[in-house]
Amino acid sequence: MMQEETKKATYTIPVGPIHPALKEPIRLALTVDGEEIVDADVFVGQVHRGIEWLGMNRNNPVQSIYLAERICGICNISHPFSLVMAVEQAAGITPPPRAEYIRAIIAEMERIHSHLLWAGVAAHEIGFDTVFYLVWRVREEIMDLVEYVTGNRVTKAMFQIGGLRRDITEEQFPRIRQSLDYYKSVFDQLKRVFLDDKTIQMRTRNVGILKKEDALKLLICGPSGRASGVPKDVRQDQPYAAYADLDIKAITPDMVTGTVVGDVYDRIIVRLLEVKQAIEIIEQCLEKMPPGPILAQPKIAVLLKALTQAEGEGIGRAEAPRGEVIHYVRLEAGQSTLATWKVRAPTYVNLMAVPTILKGMQIADVPIIFASLDPCMSCTNRMIITDRALRKKSIMSYEEMHRLSLQKTEKLRR
Amino acid sequence: MNVIVIIATFICVVGLSTIFSLLYRGVDRKLVAHMQGRVGPPVVQPFRDVRKLLMKENIIPDGAISWLFTAAPFICLITSALLLFYIPLFGQEALLGGYGDAILVIYLLILPSLALVLAGFASSSPYATVGAQREMVIMMSYELPLAITVVSLAWRIGRVADNPFMFSTIAESPIWSLVGPLGTIGSLILLFALLVVTTGEAGKVPFDIAEAETEIAGGLLVEYSGRNLCLFYLADIIKTFALASLVVALFIPYNLSPLVGIGAPVLAGIVDGLFFLVKAFAVMFISISVIRTAVARFKISQASWVYIIAMTLISLFGLILLSVDLMVS
Repeated sequence: MMQEETKKATYTIPVGPIHPALKEPIRLALTVDGEEIVDADVFVGQVHRGIEWLGMNRNNPVQSIYLAERICGICNISHPFSLVMAVEQAAGITPPPRAEYIRAIIAEMERIHSHLLWAGVAAHEIGFDTVFYLVWRVREEIMDLVEYVTGNRVTKAMFQIGGLRRDITEEQFPRIRQSLDYYKSVFDQLKRVFLDDKTIQMRTRNVGILKKEDALKLLICGPSGRASGVPKDVRQDQPYAAYADLDIKAITPDMVTGTVVGDVYDRIIVRLLEVKQAIEIIEQCLEKMPPGPILAQPKIAVLLKALTQAEGEGIGRAEAPRGEVIHYVRLEAGQSTLATWKVRAPTYVNLMAVPTILKGMQIADVPIIFASLDPCMSCTNRMIITDRALRKKSIMSYEEMHRLSLQKTEKLRR
Repeated sequence: MNVIVIIATFICVVGLSTIFSLLYRGVDRKLVAHMQGRVGPPVVQPFRDVRKLLMKENIIPDGAISWLFTAAPFICLITSALLLFYIPLFGQEALLGGYGDAILVIYLLILPSLALVLAGFASSSPYATVGAQREMVIMMSYELPLAITVVSLAWRIGRVADNPFMFSTIAESPIWSLVGPLGTIGSLILLFALLVVTTGEAGKVPFDIAEAETEIAGGLLVEYSGRNLCLFYLADIIKTFALASLVVALFIPYNLSPLVGIGAPVLAGIVDGLFFLVKAFAVMFISISVIRTAVARFKISQASWVYIIAMTLISLFGLILLSVDLMVS
């Protein structure tokens, strides 16, 4: 209504690096005309910590697992999960079946907690604080369960190359089932709050639309992509851990509404249904979990020796709550550390969608649209070159990056 | 002598209203917290906030129009306090009731918002500019249903009494005693429209678009700090109190003392004053606390739509019911 009256003079509003709508530092430069967004650009790199370099300079790959856990506070299962899978592939270690099941269980627990956390944040972004408090109270149950199972609320320190560090015993099952029953009992209420509430619909329907073609073109992964009708899910397409034994189907919003719009509302649907799916997966895992050891090689000295002697490369792919996370690892014989470690977090690809979905929307939509991708900045890092002597700052261009990559590949081939 | 008494009364009214409005803000925050399943701050928290803000540094940004930036909070507070002289408070006649009526109050209500818009444009921040634009839009939007509500009420009362816009006239012949069943429904609809307008006037969720913390980082007030922010804070809560009093004066202008038969003037004054506080609390609870707990923030276009289209139509419907009621009876 406002736009017609204002003159066509655009101006730029910076959102971030620090802004109440952003939980982590990133900068969006919005060109606005009145309330309407004409153009948007994303600048990342405010939380670059050089974790990959650190991880290559630990004493051994086992120590790098704990760094991988600290890439992101929320995805602290997905990252060590993929790293461990990559190292296992490179070194030719097969984890025992019981470990595969427990890995799936805790990965799904992480999904429940992450999606509920997101739902609360999303409600806060549209100014609906009541729902924010409600959801986070509901989330507290899974946090307690995670603490009960792993001993920690945040960084769980469960993973070990070739298995796990802690078992889930038969005595713990009733407590886990109790939590799952609690979530089943509140699920309908949550669904009603998020999908039927009038004001939530007003703020999320037909907002931040990402069409299927665009999602495919921009390689959007995870729930954001599935909400646009791209049925991509690593657990379904390339099952890892115990997921191959379970029937998992990528969740798309048409399961509820019958159509795929690709708006924020659809992303809510997908995440909500994934919470339910995660509950079912955990239940199946508890039923099917085979007995046996949880470590392929319980003796740490033997394991470290095997890793030092191993030569090869491996890729670990896991479906994090935000999408597909990929870890690439290269081991060289005689080298006790990781020779190469590369992390690609889902937000890195999903950020490409930001300009597309922000264009034509209102300033008021920015927080919820941006949050609807569930971005995680600390997972995503890029390079800024700072020359302190010359006091110059520059961001590496695509050509420069490409040239350096080719050089590096050449070096690795030799 | 007379002048001193008048000044003392004015100070007394402003002081008392400020204390109660601060208390109400504390109660509001506590109640909302309980409805959201939180513990919430203590009821006296707004007093502490004021004290803290007064101690903080007062920063004027480099790019700001300094004199306007400093003047706007004062304009906002003074105009908000002015409202208190024209609206009947604590069950008594308005202090300047003889010099102004409901129409004047409607005009005065615009002034604090205008001061906020000035503040926004003066602070030279893109967030504040967006906030100021939004404040203007929302201000223009709720004006229409507000005017319709007040005018229809006065029109009905004007059928039986002179000077229908005076608060004393409204108090003497309350709308509910004049109308039949249809008119009662019409009046209830008007009351509903006015309650929703109150939420927007007070700038609370879902109409806190001009401040919208998660979107534009506090909008209008993003550059304000210390004493200036404190003045805006006080102006905001005084305006909220005045708005609740306006709804009370228009729709529930009853006093308790004649009903229970208390004759002694001092005692009757106390009883009426307390009864007024209860009424004002009820209005605030519905139009501020409950609404702000129950919904999400609107976008500016949606908020405009709610007021210009939905609320205007609703209040017009109320007016039609009132006139049909008049024809039937």
